Amino acid sequence: MDRKVRVYSTPSCPYCIRAKQFLKDNNVEFEDIDVSLNPEKGQEMIDVSGQMGVPVLIIDGKIIVGFDKESIRKALGI
Amino acid sequence: MEFYHNMSNIYDLIIIGAGPAGITASVYAARKRIIFLVVTKDIGGQAAWSGDIENYTGYQFITGPELASKFEEHMKKYGNNVREGEEAIEVKRKDNIISVKTNRGLYEAKTLVIASGKKSKELGVPGEKEFKNRGVTYCATCDGPLFSGKDVAIIGGGNSALDAALQLIKIAKRLYLINITPNITGDPIMQEKIRESDKVTILNSAEVTAITGDKAVRSIRVKREGKEETLPVQGIFVEIGLIPNSGFAKEVDRNELGEIKVDCHNSTNVPGIFAAGDVTNVPEKQIVIAAGEGSKAALSAFRYLNQSR
Repeated sequence: MDRKVRVYSTPSCPYCIRAKQFLKDNNVEFEDIDVSLNPEKGQEMIDVSGQMGVPVLIIDGKIIVGFDKESIRKALGI
Repeated sequence: MEFYHNMSNIYDLIIIGAGPAGITASVYAARKRIIFLVVTKDIGGQAAWSGDIENYTGYQFITGPELASKFEEHMKKYGNNVREGEEAIEVKRKDNIISVKTNRGLYEAKTLVIASGKKSKELGVPGEKEFKNRGVTYCATCDGPLFSGKDVAIIGGGNSALDAALQLIKIAKRLYLINITPNITGDPIMQEKIRESDKVTILNSAEVTAITGDKAVRSIRVKREGKEETLPVQGIFVEIGLIPNSGFAKEVDRNELGEIKVDCHNSTNVPGIFAAGDVTNVPEKQIVIAAGEGSKAALSAFRYLNQSR
């Protein structure tokens, strides 16, 4: 199934690492945006999510803040 | 796959927490072939949040997240008996059965190992909860990069506050280090580096009284020498230490810091309930110590199960 999944993260945040691992384990392809390398993307993340903590996942337009496994499952339909 | 099928719905052992202590306890429990379950908020505990680790035997250098995933692999080698994302709310013992209530369910066991670790202490000032993740953060390593070019305040004066300051000097425009004691207590070598930067203003004997803003943090109120002032900042990094996650274990004896009191066998005052790692009063909070204590607690639980059979 073709889904658009985007993850805003920083390299040293454990929940970002776990969220990305969870997606990999479930064979979900995603776009990984490292906001530490790209402050404009960081601002974009703040604008769309209304908050300033990583990770933020956008799954087919649905915004999920933090490594919330249940919400991620639901949004992915797995 | 649940490797150990639970027929009676009463486990031999429940482990609360999956940091170094809880994971090591689970490895020992699995190797003793007892029926157990791990309930935990996250995997890796504080170890996952550590930067570089150079004192865990066998690894001359490993990062926190890497060590945490090694721990997880080791735990899951014996089957997946882990319920991640579950936080213990209440623990009770009645008629030799221990019940563990979490945010998702209720579980029962003959023995319990509490290895729930510690969490960041909060300031407890107005605005803190409201602006959490809207400028207020407890993880400089994680969220620091979002404050590029902004003015920030770091609360605390110990090593974790200084570590946060050193990370943020590279990112933020201006930093206030707000410290409640008369002097910074963190390592002198870090203090020197901070004093070298013209971005940092150190405020000693300063107490945070409120955090204010609109959609996000706009300022912090600080009381110093009897006077209150407002500092305009967009980010607030709280680094004032840790408290044990022991509030759910009301029947278990704790010390004045909230740490669970254990003897050298990791027994608590409640029969069948053991505790290990940073949540306990064992001196020195280290990954290697937590791991060792976790193994001791699992072995004590195993011995207890054999004796009560």
